[in-house]
This record gives sequence, structure tokens and C-alpha cells, in this order.
Amino acid sequence: MAQEGARSNTRVTHAQVRPLAKLKEVYAYHELWRTLVRKELKVKYKNSALGFAWSMGNPLMQILVFYVVFAVFLKSAIPSFQFFLMSGVLPWSFFSTTLGASTTSITGNADLVKKVYFPREILPLAGMGSALVHFALQSFVLLGLLAVFRYPFIGWNLLLIPAALLVLIVLASALGILLAAINVEARDTQHLLEIVLLAWFWFTPIVYSIRMIFDKMSVRSIGGINLFQIYMLNPMAPVVAAFQRAIYRQGYTMLDGHRSNVLLDVPYSWYLWRLGAVLGGATVLMYFAMRVFSRYEGNFAEEL
Amino acid sequence: MDPAIQVEGVSKRFRLTQGRSDTAKERFVLAIRRPRLLRTRSHNDLWALKDIDLEIDHGQTLGLIGANGSGKSTLLKVVAGILRPTTGKVLSYGRMASLLELGAGFHPDLTGRENIYMNAAILGLTRKETDRHFDAIVAFAGLDRFIDEQVKHYSSGMFVRLGFAVAIHVDPAILLVDEVLAVGDEAFQRKCLDRVRTFQREGRTIVFVTHAVDQVRQLCDRAVMLSEGKIRAEGKPAEVIATFRKVVHGDLADDPGGGNGGAGERMGTGELRIGRVTLLGGDGAARSRFFAGDEMVVAVDLEVKNPVDDPVVGIAIYDDRDQCLFGTNTMLREVHLGKVSSDARVSFRIHDLPLQEQRFYVTIGVHSSDDSHIYAWQDKAWSFEVINRGPDAGILRIPCEIEIEVTRANGSAGVAGVASGSGGDAGADPGAGE
Repeated sequence: MAQEGARSNTRVTHAQVRPLAKLKEVYAYHELWRTLVRKELKVKYKNSALGFAWSMGNPLMQILVFYVVFAVFLKSAIPSFQFFLMSGVLPWSFFSTTLGASTTSITGNADLVKKVYFPREILPLAGMGSALVHFALQSFVLLGLLAVFRYPFIGWNLLLIPAALLVLIVLASALGILLAAINVEARDTQHLLEIVLLAWFWFTPIVYSIRMIFDKMSVRSIGGINLFQIYMLNPMAPVVAAFQRAIYRQGYTMLDGHRSNVLLDVPYSWYLWRLGAVLGGATVLMYFAMRVFSRYEGNFAEEL
Repeated sequence: MDPAIQVEGVSKRFRLTQGRSDTAKERFVLAIRRPRLLRTRSHNDLWALKDIDLEIDHGQTLGLIGANGSGKSTLLKVVAGILRPTTGKVLSYGRMASLLELGAGFHPDLTGRENIYMNAAILGLTRKETDRHFDAIVAFAGLDRFIDEQVKHYSSGMFVRLGFAVAIHVDPAILLVDEVLAVGDEAFQRKCLDRVRTFQREGRTIVFVTHAVDQVRQLCDRAVMLSEGKIRAEGKPAEVIATFRKVVHGDLADDPGGGNGGAGERMGTGELRIGRVTLLGGDGAARSRFFAGDEMVVAVDLEVKNPVDDPVVGIAIYDDRDQCLFGTNTMLREVHLGKVSSDARVSFRIHDLPLQEQRFYVTIGVHSSDDSHIYAWQDKAWSFEVINRGPDAGILRIPCEIEIEVTRANGSAGVAGVASGSGGDAGADPGAGE
């Protein structure tokens, strides 16, 4: 037994860990990851009558409020506004839930971190995992609604979803790992995050259309740089735009007296390029995040 | 032998918490006001481990000993992977588990069943493996009826049993134990020890950290002593323990925790008072540390306030669990003091101290012969330590001989051989009777 175990459980602990080796180790612990995700979901809805139904609460309320405020009060001219909203709110909700859960994942599991060895990246990734399960459930509800309202969304456009989702997962995980490590040293991170997310939400085209930003900003520039390009530096902008393009039918709206598209007049390749750029950035960020995480990780047990 | 654990040039630096700022604001303020402080903080570093090299073979049981702050727990945590070394590396071959993880990750809202899977996954078991051990775990913990109850309804005993049951079913090749044998009730401690012995028989590697040198002597086949983050001695447990004693206590030099203490409960009507109490060796020199089998004299100086008739002076010796091991007084020994009107010294001479390896406490009382008045009484105000240099374990030194005879004749008749040894006296008489 010992011999057999010796091969499969060899472990090297030293000061610096290369992110690639770490990634392999994280994968080796995927079973723990699944167990932690399951635990997080179970604990969250334990002893509540409605259980998982509550996971719908937050995004549904957001969508309802925005719908009432923008479509009813402000008479926003975006047709089928509820579906436009949903296609942006759901990925955003996944993103912000992941960051929130990841950031406190190390500090919230001090008990474990101080007592047992496992690659600690599993903890923020488990936060991402449980957000992903919620995202999946919410997506089913969205699909159901689309079907009930006979909203024509089936087509090649749907192929943007896996691409956008992949980018979103890598981006959210990378940020989550980074924030989790920083939060151990400076607990302000979790509070700061809430504020930053609030601003970030409004700088992402979720309740308004990206087309509006394009029309107003692309004609201006600061220091020779197009304002729209600056706006698009927000990595969530292309991600959310891609989700919208994937689900929301090209509707028309009146903008400054002209009939124009709700979304950008661009081919799918534009989205793919943008997503590719974000994926590249997110991968670099992931590498950086794992380096930082590794550096802090050696001291987690002391800091908690 | 192939190694189970290789520690290569491991050092660990701790940043001292003093002057550390935990919030970004404090850091920011510090950076603006005292940028030098921010930079020079690293000078307050503490090296908990310095350049440790250690190889532990498969099947070995290694005891890590050392004074508080010597780095032994840090070393165990580095080996466990919980702390990352600042320099150097640790290689380990085989699944590792440790008894310091009892119930790690248990969530009060989950049922016992759910927590078993959770805990097992954290300790590195796959779901399939847990399925296989599940019934055994439940049976060991004795929780069949409660396994689908939420853990928050468990008693603390049930909680610990469940944690322990999972830990021992993880089937580790390397087991790390940190002081766990010192906590919990006696039954639990015995269970832990039994398990450690079973693991030893099964040829697993065990590393354990403890203050109880007695356990190292009993369980380990090798010991390592750390001091100020460095390996100070390693080898056979008895030798390492001897070095440990010498370094930490200066052998028979005065024991700072022992001797004349003003501590302890004091009472009495005060006609007679207990003055100086001195513990002496057979040579008449005051000391607070003795070898098992030494001669020990407890000399009690009485101070007289008001002369009394025929007082009784007594002593009692307690172990560190408050168990009275021995007590006697002048009346029981039919020694009459008569009328005491001037200061006097009463000495209790114990030949051949029958104690081993522990700290013991002395209570002294002076009362009237009819027991109606307690003149003076001081509870466990003095202590002394006994160092065991013989091979035996436990707190009492009991002479014992071992004999072996064949009780079922196998072919040839008669007694095949008799071996005997008198364990209690081996080398334990350094200065008795001088």
C-alpha cells in the first residue's frame, strides 16, 4: 500500500511554485473541488423551504426593477427589454458572485487552511464553481422564459455563448484567486470590492446598449485615443456584449431620431476577436494571480 | 531504506506581528508618514527554522522534541505542507494525514454523512474510496443512529469520534501527530495511542511532536531535538532526551519552576509558621531536580510565634494531576516534638526516591495533635522534578524483574531458559547514600 501510495502521492514543498505545476496539482484535487462546491450549495440552502429557488431571487429582482425603471418609467426604447436585460444580468451576476465568494474564501475557511494541506487555489475556485451552478440554473429559467414567450433566439448566434462563457470563467477565476490572496493580508479588499463592483456594473453595457456608447463616444477622443476604445478596455464589456449578441435578437431602436440597431453593426468575428483579446489578458492575469497567490500562500496559516 | 520524507535545507522566516498593519489604510498611512518603517520592518524577522536537513525512512517513528518556540511545530507544519518554507524544500512520498485535522471542515449544518464525505475529500480520499470505508467509519464512531442528523446536534464527544474515525480510515502512509495525545479525555488518548501503535505495526511512517518525553521514549525509534530552529541532537530517543534535558534544564542545575515557592494555598491559625522549606539531595546540597532512586530530604523550618505543645508536622507529595502519591507526618511515625518554643527544623528523609520522570508537588502542614487546630498549611507550594535514567515508563519507579519460561513443552521437556533483569535499578543511582 505504501509503495503504491508513494508513486501517486509524491509531493514537493518549496518556496516558489511554478504556476503550471500548480495548475496540474489543482486539477489533481478536482474531486475536492466538486465536494466543496456541493458543500457550499448545500450549506447555503440548508433549512430553507424554497432552497435553490432563492438563487433566482437576486437576478430576477434586478431584472424586474431595471425593467420597471427603464422600460416603464424612462421609456427606454429597447424592444424586448426583459430579454436584453437577462442576457447581460446573468453573466454579470456570475461574475460578481464569483468575486464576492472567492475574495472571502480563504479568510472564511481559516479552519481548514490552518490544519490541512491542499492547493489553496481550490477555495476561490470553489466559489467560482458554486456561482457557476447558480448561473446554469438561472440560464435554464431564461431559456424557459424565451421558449414561453416564443422569442426567436435559436441560430448560429448561440455559438458565441461557449466562447464568452469560457472567457468569463477564466477572467472571474483569475481575479478571484488574486483577490482571495490579497484579502488575507488586507481585509479591506472585501469591502472595497463591493464598491468597485457597483461602479463596474454601470460601466458595463448591461442596462443600456453598447450601441449607445459607441454612437456617443466613438466621435470623441482623449489624446488621440477613441473614447469608445477606452470604454472597451473594461474586459466585461466585450463579454457581456457577446452574451447579448448570442441571445438577444437584433432589434431596432430610435436613437437621436435615427432608426438604429440596439447592438453594434459588427460581424461575429468582431466579438470573437474581442473575446480572444480578453482571454489573452485573462490568461496573463491568471498567471500573475497564481504567482501572487503562491507568494502569499506560504504565510496563510500564520496570517489567519 | 527509501525515505518517506526528505527535508532539504529548510528555513522558515516569520514576520513578527508587532508593528504590522493589517488594513490597507494603515499601510497607506504608514507608507506616507513613515516610509522607512515600512521598509525596515523586515528586520524584525524571526527565523523559526534554520537550515534543517532531515531524512525519515518508511516505517520509522520519529519524535520531535524541543522547548517551546524551538520550531518543532513549525517543522511539522512545513512537512505537512501547511506552511511553505522560505528556502529549501520538503519531499514526501506517500499519502499524508495528520491527527491534528480531526474534523477539519466539518460544517455544523451538514449531516454526519455529508460531513464524512467532506472531511474525507479534504484529507485526500476520493468519493469511491470514501464509499468503500463509509460503513467502517460509521461503525467505528458508533453513530449509526445519528449519521443523518446535522452535526450541530452532536455532542462534542460524538464530534471528535467522527473526526477521528475519518482520520484513521484515510489510510495514510505517513501520519503526523502534533500534541494531540495531550488533549481529550483519557479514553480518547488511549485510542489515539492504540492507533499509533497499530500504524507502527503496519509499517507506516509516523512523525510526532510532543512535550511528553515519556511518549517519545515509549513510541519512537528515533528522536530529533530542535533548539532555536536548528537540529540540536538526533538519534536514539534515550540519548536525545538526555541531551534535551541537559540543554534545556542544565541537567541537575537548579530548576527555575521548582524549589521554594510562595505559591499555593496558605492557611492556619499562625501559632507556628512554616518558614523555609528546603529540598536537599543525599549530599546535603539544596536542589530541585533529582534522579529516580536518589535520596531526598524535605527540610521544614518552623518559626514559632506562640509556643505550642506537641505539634504534628506532615508532608504530602502530589503528581501533576493532583493525585496524592504519598503522605506522612510526625504523629504517624510516632515522633514526638514535645513543647515547641523555639524555631526548629523537621527533616523528612526519603531514601531511594521511588518516582520517575515528572514534576511533583509538596504540601506541608502543621497542626495540633488532636487535629483541632491547623497552625500552618501550605498546599503544593514546592515542587521538584525527577529525571528518569532507567528504561522504564510511568511515574512510579517499581523494581521489577522479568522472567521467561516455556509453559507448553514443544518436544523437549523442561524449562528452556530463564532470563531476568532488574530494570528499576539500571544506572539510576548517581549519588544515593553518599
